[in-house]
Amino acid sequence: MSLNQGVVGVYSYADSVLDAVRKLKSNGYENLRVFSPVPLHEVEEEIDLPPSPIRFFTLFGGLLGAASGFAITVLTSAAWPISVSAKPIVSIPPYMVIVFELTILFGAIFTLAGLLINGFLRNRAPVSMYDKRFSDDKFGVMVVCPTENINSVQDILNSTGAEEVKVDSIDG
Amino acid sequence: MSQDTNLTYSRVTADVVRMLEKPSVKWWALFMISLSFVGIGLICFIYQVYVGLGVAGYRHPVFWGTYITDFVFWVGIAHSGTLISAILYLFRARFRMSIYRIAEGMTVFAVLTAGLFPIMHLGRPWNFYWLFPYPNQRELWINFKSPLVWDVFAVSTYLTVSSLFFLIGMIPDIAAIRDKVTEKPRKIIYSILSFGWKGSNWEWLHYGRAYLYFAALATPLVLSVHSVVSWDFAMGNVPGWHTTIFAPYFVAGAIFSGLGMVITLTIPIRKIFKLEDYITLDNYDGMAKLIMFTSGIVGYAYGVEFFMAWYSSSPFEWQQFMYRATGEYALFYWIMVICNVVIPIPLWFSAVRRNLKWLFIISIFINIGMWFERFNIIVISLSRDFDPAAWGVYKISWVEAGITAGSFAWFFMFFLIFLKTLPSISISEIKEILPVPKRGDK
Repeated sequence: MSLNQGVVGVYSYADSVLDAVRKLKSNGYENLRVFSPVPLHEVEEEIDLPPSPIRFFTLFGGLLGAASGFAITVLTSAAWPISVSAKPIVSIPPYMVIVFELTILFGAIFTLAGLLINGFLRNRAPVSMYDKRFSDDKFGVMVVCPTENINSVQDILNSTGAEEVKVDSIDG
Repeated sequence: MSQDTNLTYSRVTADVVRMLEKPSVKWWALFMISLSFVGIGLICFIYQVYVGLGVAGYRHPVFWGTYITDFVFWVGIAHSGTLISAILYLFRARFRMSIYRIAEGMTVFAVLTAGLFPIMHLGRPWNFYWLFPYPNQRELWINFKSPLVWDVFAVSTYLTVSSLFFLIGMIPDIAAIRDKVTEKPRKIIYSILSFGWKGSNWEWLHYGRAYLYFAALATPLVLSVHSVVSWDFAMGNVPGWHTTIFAPYFVAGAIFSGLGMVITLTIPIRKIFKLEDYITLDNYDGMAKLIMFTSGIVGYAYGVEFFMAWYSSSPFEWQQFMYRATGEYALFYWIMVICNVVIPIPLWFSAVRRNLKWLFIISIFINIGMWFERFNIIVISLSRDFDPAAWGVYKISWVEAGITAGSFAWFFMFFLIFLKTLPSISISEIKEILPVPKRGDK
């Protein structure tokens, strides 16, 4: 097995990108990545990544927040029992406000953590494959393939309307 | 945004980057004016800390005055930002796209402003951290049954979540700016803020999900924050405060005032930066309709308050409301009613909703009216409660006026910095509602 190479094609049109992705997939290239200035939902469906695990982060954060809200209100009230306005020492209804706010706060912070871990830390696109125009008005299709397949990938990219094709060695 | 637009992807990026060019002399002039008013506010605050709270207009029985009014006012202003960015996102309202970044920035800066007022309202402001639960040697904890503690949790959660939402929402746009700027220091800062965003489908997938969850969390949060603020009053047994209508009444008022502020801010920005292709009359039409709706709710609440006071057969409630409309503060009461209920009536006509001059004027009156609404609720209720021997009239002091002016300047200062450093129009969301470039187009 030879080293993996990255090939990226630069496109101007979203439908060309979709064609390229379909053609690459039908030729057996599964390690694809599409760069775009806007989310392309058709391409997303075509590449069909597993659903984002961020939902579990949000759920866990929310539950942890609710538990923390209950814990801090109930435990601190019990730690120094003092009667306020002749109300029960532990009175749940007013504590629900704290529980609610902490649910939201922890949910949001864990969503952020989920985004940082999944979107930005794991599976980063290699810098050498990025082109500044991808954040402006161009699209990119990147393929990771063994060295011997580079020519066939380049052919597919060119035949689907790539304006430019770059090849670079990447790790992994 | 209208459908038949001459915008293209590259033009959107270029236009937003153009807004971030070196500030003009006018910008510096506005910034310096803001900064000097911030200075005046700061001097007033230092004077108050040095001399004591007596220099604020607090006189028996009114010990919640202008600072609490300002606090509620600014928290209210913050609300429409999250409404536009989160609630309208969940409802897929397209008219939000061009204005939501400005509204979100407004939210963050308004909460930053609001958060200062409870601290200024303290006799010993350096002890403000006592409001937070932290382990201490005496094992003393805060009283979680107090609405003021709920407020601390609500407002600090709101500040955190809305700032996160604001910064997360900007990541793809900052990446676009990062790829355009050439100066080294700017490039470094934008690179850090963009978290190395490359716009690959992997990133978009997680980003889209995270954004959706943020919106879903922010939506109940925004409704809770002003409800909690209203409970600062409604939980107290003061005639004019102790009513169950307060939470929805405050939330509607908050959205009403916030939309007023969005219109006040975006009309000049649109003109100065020539954003007519982005912020269209349809956008203003949408916002004006929301103002009509919330103005209706606020007007209804004013009526219901009177009805409930009469229907309750409580002489204390009834005297309070008669006092509001006819007593020493009657002028403020009627300013509020006219600004919030009468002046927005022309918005029922689409010609007014689409006329920016009229819209701007109406929005200014809404800002004024909503400030007085908070003042009326807080101050008038405290001026006359149960015991006629304890009645009194409150007058705003110059220290309070100085700090209030300073707070507006503080807000505008942040806003001016925002306009020149961060993308105030969402690049990626505007591109998203433009038609995707396809081969057949050219």
